[in-house]
Amino acid sequence: MNDTVLVLSVVSAISAGTPILFAALGEITTERSGIMNLGIEGMMLVGAITGFWIGVETENAWLALLGGALGGILLSLIHAVLAISLRVNQIVSGLALVIVGSGLSAFWGNSGDRPTLVQTKTGVRFDPIFPEVIRDLPVVGPVIFGHDPVVYLSWVLVAAISYFLYRTQTGLSLRAVGEDPGAADASGLSVTRYRYVSTLVGGFGAGLGGAYLAIGVIGTWAAGLTAGAGWIAVALVILSGWRPWFALLAAYAFGALRSLGFTLQIAGIGVPSDFLAMIPFIATYLVVIVVSASPTRARKVAGPAALAKPYSREAR
Amino acid sequence: MAATEKEILQVRELTKSFYGVAANDKVSFSLRNGEVHGLLGENGAGKSTLCSILAGLYRPDSGDVILNSERIRFRSPLDASNMGIGMVHQHFKLISSFTVAENMVLGLNAKSRNISLGTVEDEVRELARQYGLDVEPSAHVWQLSVGEQQRVEILRQLFRGARILILDEPTAVLAPQECDRLFEAVRHMVERDHSVILVSHKMDEILSNTDRVTVLVGGRNAGTLRTNETDAAELAKLMIGSDHLPKLANKSLRRFVESTPVLTIRDLEVIGDRGTEAVSGASLEVLSGQIVGVAGVAGNGQREFQQAIVGRRQISGGSIMLRGRDITQLSSRARSRSGLAYVPEDRLGTGLASGLTLEENLILKSYNEPPYSHRGVLSTAVITAAAEKLVKDFDIRGARSGMPVSLMSGGNLQKAILARELSRPHDLLLAASPTRGLDLAATASVRQHIRADTEKGGAVLLFSEDLGEIVELSDLILVLAGGRIVGSYTPATLDISELGLLMTGAKVHN
Repeated sequence: MNDTVLVLSVVSAISAGTPILFAALGEITTERSGIMNLGIEGMMLVGAITGFWIGVETENAWLALLGGALGGILLSLIHAVLAISLRVNQIVSGLALVIVGSGLSAFWGNSGDRPTLVQTKTGVRFDPIFPEVIRDLPVVGPVIFGHDPVVYLSWVLVAAISYFLYRTQTGLSLRAVGEDPGAADASGLSVTRYRYVSTLVGGFGAGLGGAYLAIGVIGTWAAGLTAGAGWIAVALVILSGWRPWFALLAAYAFGALRSLGFTLQIAGIGVPSDFLAMIPFIATYLVVIVVSASPTRARKVAGPAALAKPYSREAR
Repeated sequence: MAATEKEILQVRELTKSFYGVAANDKVSFSLRNGEVHGLLGENGAGKSTLCSILAGLYRPDSGDVILNSERIRFRSPLDASNMGIGMVHQHFKLISSFTVAENMVLGLNAKSRNISLGTVEDEVRELARQYGLDVEPSAHVWQLSVGEQQRVEILRQLFRGARILILDEPTAVLAPQECDRLFEAVRHMVERDHSVILVSHKMDEILSNTDRVTVLVGGRNAGTLRTNETDAAELAKLMIGSDHLPKLANKSLRRFVESTPVLTIRDLEVIGDRGTEAVSGASLEVLSGQIVGVAGVAGNGQREFQQAIVGRRQISGGSIMLRGRDITQLSSRARSRSGLAYVPEDRLGTGLASGLTLEENLILKSYNEPPYSHRGVLSTAVITAAAEKLVKDFDIRGARSGMPVSLMSGGNLQKAILARELSRPHDLLLAASPTRGLDLAATASVRQHIRADTEKGGAVLLFSEDLGEIVELSDLILVLAGGRIVGSYTPATLDISELGLLMTGAKVHN
């Protein structure tokens, strides 16, 4: 029963969706403060290579994950300085970050006199945490209890970020900064501080996602291994209406699409994988169109009002 | 009312200058416990500056603010808020995607971090009931009307423990019945020992809702009076100020018996941004060679009136005729081609394209006509030559090739707009606050150009908040208040104090 196509698809959807989910959670936090960071793809790649390299060196999966997150944070710091302090156009800075991230990670993965990381396998991985008895339960075994701890960590993060944004005063303040930095400033909140921290949280999420993709999902390093996962995360943030729980659902739906190619091949249905790769973006189009058709709906799931707008107290 | 003689707030010789111009010039003023104190004055009299200092937004250059017998200095609006002074701005500082309750807790101290929104909603509901400021705390701000949003702003200040409330022109955004509710709430506040500073330039409002009134003129306190011991005429006289009375001496009366009408507006009705009528049945006529000045306090329909004439706003009734031709249905470009020149109030927003160069701006209305272009290609040599001539004729300074006009000074920007508008064939010049913010030399030059235009037979319709300017230039002065033309004077029949009264919306019977 646990070997049916449906169960296997759900399991692989969750596995493939988790890296995107981490990245999207980070980006939701960033964008809620009014900073748009389109550089997720770059931050994920840097997270992936840093995580993978630390995994090879230390043979500790958790250190590898942490290292990946740090890599993402460092890259997001560039964006933070440019977008918040220097008030550079955030679209431009974010796109540049993708290129910098891809370049850095590809270079690092191929250089040095040691055997390059491309040919290496980490040997580190995450093991399922529940005992086999529970994992073998019909359906819920593999779907709920069969995952490695990182998947559960992502669930905890979804709940935590959702609680933070909607139930704490700091979360309220963060959203205020993203909606109307002028009003937030007048209420005595530090726009700069909130924006910096949330941009770094975005880097943390993307780095974590990238590292998990390299060591937990794929298991090897190859230049550009994210294959657009960062862009899917960008689309997912919009699709979810900047809400963590919706991001979880959408991430698994997109994860299913990523693994659907194989399933369809097995079933003998020939659908080009390039077509499947487009679906997340087409879905995002559809959602945006449906949402904007109704003003009330648009209002409810609209992005932060001050998204991608630099804030300067004197400029009024 | 609960007003006592005890002074809760004193202001002593407060001075605040911006770029060398004193907005507040040694203003002294006091607020008693439990009173409604009106601040009356024309635009630019220093009301907003004074309030902004009291609310901690600006720091004074000199002078003292004394709260409860203690000298204080605010470093931020938060300081003022912590000391019990709350200001409700004309532009609300609310986050529209948040609920009312969420807006209440925004920026509260960290010690109340674990605040529950349910509790806040209950508290707000209770406050709202007490003060008659009916608002649903769980509603999102974007769902609320302007009046409701204002109640949220007031509740927010009360929620934070404000004892002194500063209301900056609170009725400017309200419909009449909402105004009544607001003043009802103000009465509830003073009953509960709050003190209220009510900023307004509407005479009726001040007279019927305050205990005392302070009149500001040119940044100075022109007098503090008990409201029940004064009347509209006395206040208007104070407000306009004797040294502000424009000089009528060297004004020659011109007669226009033989002139033909250039602009004829009949029963114009225009709906404003808030869906209410901004211009209600206004009629006027401008003859060739005549300057008609429209006096009035900002926000009485001037903007909508102008936009309707140039074709930037739909009208809901009436007609606009230019040289006998109905232009009501024409696009703004077609109106411009039919002989309407326009000097708008905001130079860089509507008047000029701020990112383009002076040359490009000078042909903004004629770039697609010969000789400036042929078959869609611009003739740069012709354009440069034309621009050089205008720069010389109108003495426009500070432009360099390739430089965006946004870097030029206000006076030169205004000359550039005048150059463009007056160099095109036109019958009527519509000018809105043409000298606002300009220095003396630039002001004189702009007025000279406007006057010269009428000598060639042009007609001018001038909107200005500067009464001096209106009186100096106009052959006929109209008063616009509440979207209606409420008065009409020639230089010979001008009664400046009556005009002041009409401007502030007071009724004059004669």
